[in-house]
Amino acid sequence: MSALSPMSPARPVSPASTLHPTSRVEMRINGDTVAHEVEDRTLLVHFIREYERLTGTHVGCDTSNCGACTVLLDGDAVKSCTVLAVQAHDHEVTTVEGLSGPFDGRSAVQEGFRQCHGLQCGYCTPGMLMASTALLADKPSPSALEVRHALEGNLCRCTGYQMIVDSVLWAADHTSGAPVAASPGEGAP
Amino acid sequence: MIPAPFRHLPVDSVDSAIAALAEYGDEAKLLAGGHSLLPIMKLRLATPSVLVDLGPVASMSSIRMDADDLVIGAGTRHKDVQNSQLVAAAAPLLAYASSLVGDPQVRNRGTIGGSVVHADPAADLPCAVLALNATLVVQGINGRRSIGVDEFFLGFWTTAVGEHEVLVEIRVPRQPETGWSYQKFTTRSQDWATVAVAVSGGRITLASMAETPVRARSAEAAAAAGGRADQVGALADEGTAPPADLRASSDYRRNLARVLTERALVEAAQRR
Repeated sequence: MSALSPMSPARPVSPASTLHPTSRVEMRINGDTVAHEVEDRTLLVHFIREYERLTGTHVGCDTSNCGACTVLLDGDAVKSCTVLAVQAHDHEVTTVEGLSGPFDGRSAVQEGFRQCHGLQCGYCTPGMLMASTALLADKPSPSALEVRHALEGNLCRCTGYQMIVDSVLWAADHTSGAPVAASPGEGAP
Repeated sequence: MIPAPFRHLPVDSVDSAIAALAEYGDEAKLLAGGHSLLPIMKLRLATPSVLVDLGPVASMSSIRMDADDLVIGAGTRHKDVQNSQLVAAAAPLLAYASSLVGDPQVRNRGTIGGSVVHADPAADLPCAVLALNATLVVQGINGRRSIGVDEFFLGFWTTAVGEHEVLVEIRVPRQPETGWSYQKFTTRSQDWATVAVAVSGGRITLASMAETPVRARSAEAAAAAGGRADQVGALADEGTAPPADLRASSDYRRNLARVLTERALVEAAQRR
């Protein structure tokens, strides 16, 4: 873990300070174009957290199992611990900090997690929000079962998932333009 | 976990990738979606000093029909195979198996070619392409050659792709109207198969039962002779000595192979 607090300014990066191969990586994160000279082996999640100080994206298992590091890459949910920063060069990344909407600034998915208590400790939440956002962009009115399948790549050790599924369905019901989901058998595991 | 240092070398064509492999030899590895390679690099099980990145080679991502063959570019992502109408029509087993790889995030990045050349015996797609009697097209300095899938998987994480070759296409013959099934047993939804069985056109293949995906030849012979599903299933583990690990003992795997094969044959018969 970094010894720097999240409030520290972005880490100064000096290419001369490393002996390992580096590349200049440029991408758009939440609409802003950013560029850094980074080691080629830098993972996208570390680019986001340590170079851009966007610490909403979490590192959980660091083995592409838990999904806490999920971000959108060109609109697709991906695990940023298993993508190299250089692979995101010239691409578009959205992190949890990039979510916003009509619910006092929060998106429908964020508000759904708030209304339905879709979190306890909150560690998995940024990844859950991003995977759910990708799901609803693709499928505005999913069934409860479709929500469960869409979140297979996101582990939560607190909630037992039921409230998370409820949160996503709440968001589907409160997204403008989306018809209210008919949900027979809603919530069945 | 951070991979050991390497140099990232993006290429914009297969020819450039082959040239880089020829130049760097053992030091280089090909990177596509990275969902097999990056995890083992983070564990330092692989420490290439050059990563030749095929990501920019757009032509490697494609799905088309060529006469009666379904032809899929090696760089096609699992989610695109899973959602393709062409694949659903010509080889529904492949679309279904692709939908069970990892989880949605993995399927958004991982590629069919990457999974096939990684050749993990517990993976879905090596077992599926073996059942589908696919042909793997590789490209090297001297052009392209085709490898039948029965000669493709040589050992754990080992294939017949040469050192300076790149897998470019997976060709799947249109499947006979004999029904198909893919039975994957896991205890967690996003996991590798504890055992999986694929059935298509008289071929019966098994995942997680050996160092490579394998054909259940005794069971295939019994099926060809008109055996009932339970009789054929009972032969599915014949000649296998599957590994024991945290997921399952060897005996349990053999039992799963028998049970899943019977289920697969019943399901395939219903799809005729």
